[in-house]
Amino acid sequence: MIQIKNLHKSYKMGSNSLHVLKGIDFNVNEGELVAIMGSSGSGKSTLLNIIGMLDLLDKGSYTLDGVLIKDLDETKAAKYRNKFLGFVFQSFNLINYKNALENVSLPLYYQGVGRKERQKSGLEYLEKVGLTEWAKHLPSELSGGQKQRVAIARAMAAQPKVLLADEPTGALDSTTSYEVMDVIQKINEEGKTILVVTHERDIAKMCKRVVKLKDGIIVEDKKIQQVKALKHV
Amino acid sequence: MYKRDTWQEIFETIGKNKLRTFLSGFTVALGIFIFIILFGFGNGLKNTFKEFFLDDATNTMFLFAGKTSKPYRGFKSNRQIEFNNNDIEAIKLNFPFFLEYITPRISRYADTRYKSESNNYPTRGVAPPHQFVEKTVIMKGRYLNENDLIERTKHAVIGRLVVTDLFKKEEPLGQFIQIGDIAFKVVGVFQDSGGDNEERIIYIPYTTRQLIEKNNDKVDQIIVAFKPELGYAGAIGFEKQLRLFMKDRKDIDPKDSKGVFIRNVSKRLEENQQFASILQIIVTFVGIGTLIAGIIGISNIMVFVVKERTKELGIRKALGATPRAVISMILQESIFITTISGYFGMIAAIFLLKALGTKLEDYFIKNPYIDTTTAIFATIILIIFGAIAGYIPAKRAASIKPIVALRDE
Repeated sequence: MIQIKNLHKSYKMGSNSLHVLKGIDFNVNEGELVAIMGSSGSGKSTLLNIIGMLDLLDKGSYTLDGVLIKDLDETKAAKYRNKFLGFVFQSFNLINYKNALENVSLPLYYQGVGRKERQKSGLEYLEKVGLTEWAKHLPSELSGGQKQRVAIARAMAAQPKVLLADEPTGALDSTTSYEVMDVIQKINEEGKTILVVTHERDIAKMCKRVVKLKDGIIVEDKKIQQVKALKHV
Repeated sequence: MYKRDTWQEIFETIGKNKLRTFLSGFTVALGIFIFIILFGFGNGLKNTFKEFFLDDATNTMFLFAGKTSKPYRGFKSNRQIEFNNNDIEAIKLNFPFFLEYITPRISRYADTRYKSESNNYPTRGVAPPHQFVEKTVIMKGRYLNENDLIERTKHAVIGRLVVTDLFKKEEPLGQFIQIGDIAFKVVGVFQDSGGDNEERIIYIPYTTRQLIEKNNDKVDQIIVAFKPELGYAGAIGFEKQLRLFMKDRKDIDPKDSKGVFIRNVSKRLEENQQFASILQIIVTFVGIGTLIAGIIGISNIMVFVVKERTKELGIRKALGATPRAVISMILQESIFITTISGYFGMIAAIFLLKALGTKLEDYFIKNPYIDTTTAIFATIILIIFGAIAGYIPAKRAASIKPIVALRDE
């Protein structure tokens, strides 16, 4: 699903340049649930942003679902993002004046799906994360866990190939975190490829594979025995 | 389908961000409102000015006779010059290319009586073209005509206020009034925008006046109207030629500054028009000023709006919105709001101007108005600048990487 070869990325900080990713080789197969771990500054979020086409790579190659991702302008990136990728952010990033259902349906709007269909499939995804009753509520009326579940439903609504979650539990307490991880695990069991960036060990253990980054290189990459989040809820 | 969806999305956004919508809408409505009101007031000021100065025809010259101050061709100085009917005919004959019309004016005050009411009014013995000189407007009946001149009829055309004074509520047409000792039949009633004094005048045929005065052929003023296409320069040239012609006819030294006087209205007109155009410049300046203030207002709001939405735009981009979609969303939204509110501001201001009418006449603002073209043009300008003001930050917001926009807390 994802093939990354010899990926380099540096940021210009004034006259200095900060080399963040120093040659990453990384493959993800379909249906995997991968945790990307590392301390802050290790480059894990940068890696995720490049995979998510929110950021550009300097050197190396990146292939997503057989498509070589290069020469990205914003328009092309937007189209790829809409087609291939779903995002879940630490700070939820829901649009605050739209209710849960409208937030979930928004990616479909950009796919050109008609209004009625959008509503219908938006409701389906809200049901999947157990928030049917909250469809008409604004984000401000939802708890943190509920917000993140709406965000996951929104990420899934576009039927992406890969779901990218950047610290999805970073703003949540542990019980709520496990609820969210439970949703993520369920989606993964339906065959969706998911990448989770986290620095929490217990969250990483709920994935099927853990990749550790340190100073811009992968220092560890191993398959693990997945811990079911449901146990903790 | 997609189109309708776009609008639905826009309406939703507008409806759910009422404060923002109100702010930008209000700015535009207020901008256009103030512009139209000020511009309208400026026009009202111009109306008052026109009424004061530009009531009468402006292509006219008044010829007066005076005493000479130099001896010439065997005549002594200090000789009283008098015009007569032949002078009128001579001018007609010699200046056909310049002349629009010509009329004498013989002014006499006369006690005028109808039944028990009487008053002293200026009477003017004139020819029919005099109507154009004063821009006399006939309310009832008719003005004097050629037949009145030839037949030397005892017909009178009287001012609106003469009717009010003498006839009270009676119908004046066809009634006889005593002017001096002679009965005249009222054939017309006129009004004149030049003020009350202009409406307390009685017009009679000049030939009748001459008949009354021992059947002489004297004329005390000759009013000459030149063709408007001559322009200002042509009028000055004509005035020069006419003065020389009259001096020659009346045996006055060409170097004599007395004897014949010509008051050229077009000269005064030139000055008045300069004043009017300064007024116009002030009005335009005020208009442009308010419009610029409006543009700055809407620009500020648009920059603020887009700034406030940076994060939302980042989210939309992460969900697959192309930069184009982001820009067009912001633009359509802003154009929609500014068009609707601009329209309302415009209509409200135009109605207010209409309602004011003559209420501000004491402040020299009469019938303030704005022509529709200017109003619509100004509204469109404001909408366009609102769009441009929105476009620049929108383009920037659309080109920021979503990751940066999302970090923007």
